[in-house]
Amino acid sequence: MNNRSIAPKFWDRFWRLANPKVFMGWSGRALPWAAAAAGLSLCSGLIWGYFFTPDDIRQGSTVKIIYLHVPAALMAINGYLLMFVGALVWLIRRQHVSVLAAKAAAPVGMVMTLIALATGAIWGQPMWGTYWVWDPRLTSFLILFLFYVGYIALWAAIEDEDTAADLTSVLAIVGAVFAMLSRYAVLFWNQGLHQGTTVTMADGAQQDNISNVFFQPLLLSMAGFGLLFLTLLLIGTRTEVRSRRLKVLQARERME
Amino acid sequence: MIHLFLRDVGLSVRSGGGFGLALIFFLIVVTLIPFALGPDQSALAVVAPGVLWLGALLACLLSLDRIFGLDFEDGTLDLLATSPLPQEAVYIAKAAAHWLTTGLPLALAAPVLGVLLNLDFEIGKILGLSLLLGTPALSLIGAFGASLTLGVKRGGLLLSLLVLPLYVPSLIFGAQAVRLAGQGLAYDGALVLLSAISLGAAAILPFASGAALRINLR
Repeated sequence: MNNRSIAPKFWDRFWRLANPKVFMGWSGRALPWAAAAAGLSLCSGLIWGYFFTPDDIRQGSTVKIIYLHVPAALMAINGYLLMFVGALVWLIRRQHVSVLAAKAAAPVGMVMTLIALATGAIWGQPMWGTYWVWDPRLTSFLILFLFYVGYIALWAAIEDEDTAADLTSVLAIVGAVFAMLSRYAVLFWNQGLHQGTTVTMADGAQQDNISNVFFQPLLLSMAGFGLLFLTLLLIGTRTEVRSRRLKVLQARERME
Repeated sequence: MIHLFLRDVGLSVRSGGGFGLALIFFLIVVTLIPFALGPDQSALAVVAPGVLWLGALLACLLSLDRIFGLDFEDGTLDLLATSPLPQEAVYIAKAAAHWLTTGLPLALAAPVLGVLLNLDFEIGKILGLSLLLGTPALSLIGAFGASLTLGVKRGGLLLSLLVLPLYVPSLIFGAQAVRLAGQGLAYDGALVLLSAISLGAAAILPFASGAALRINLR
């Protein structure tokens, strides 16, 4: 009996956080903290990574681009995941904040994808001898970028906001399925030049791929990128909520 | 549903610029390829599978906005929405009609056009088979994209922006099957995966597209 009464209470309180008014309250309070934490961990992670780690024996100082490349790639994928979850919550529960968060996540995720592609190209030139190869990982990131562009374009094209929210959510969900499909289809298509995952979270496996000297600042800058994403997401979502309120006010004014 | 399917097939066969257009477009693409790449026979044979798949894909894209566009404008879709037929069935009927008038002719024509690009006729037959298995996915995904962009004015460019990334897996497996066949390797794995995409699209996309249609007709 007790167990059954606790669980719904928790979910009630959880979903209340997505009420626009409540959301504006807690996100306004959380925003400075998230921004400060993002700035702090990004600065310390990047400075540590760039100035206080030794050069790699084979790669020289180019190894340091990993502090931008890996976190950006991580957030590019997580951004799409977030869009997918936001779309799903919108379609099921009609929480406006969730679809606005998905809308706000799209440009941030797109820029993260671009950062990952650009830093990868800059690293690839001295290491592989070419800026670009049609390698599965590179290609699937390019496709991910196209998915982001399509999602943003569809938002921009539809006038009515609720219709746009519904249709882009359907697109985000179908797109997520096809993005995964493309990810594995390109493996079938070409052999990879990109190395395997550098960071594995499994215990012990980490030692084989990356030395702790590089790993600790990398972890810090990954946290920094995550917090940066969160900060930008909160700002974007708050802007969307405010712009909706503005539109309602304008509509009300016209009525009078 | 069958009536709707027959009506759509009939309309696109009879009205000018629907049925034959995709096929002619395909022929023109194939004609232009040697001008772009040079008339070297061996080079043409190398690129032929990919080029033919790409041509079929673009030809398929051409007629997508016709699937729902005219019916949306003249109110037929609203009438269909009030009929007992679910939106999912409307989507399936329209996608099937699109495939019958676009995908199937393309698949049948591909081996012949392959000969123009110095593709061995035996391999051309495999190309036709891969298109036969792959074009249902192209029609289904395309009709889904068309149902998303229904309310957008002049949404043709947006439609291709949304649909082309979704075509990537089909294109990869389809062109890969023909390329493997050209090298004398086993190609049935690629064909199986290609059919899997078509079947998966037929299983999932009706629901997504039905939802999109209902949203647009709201």
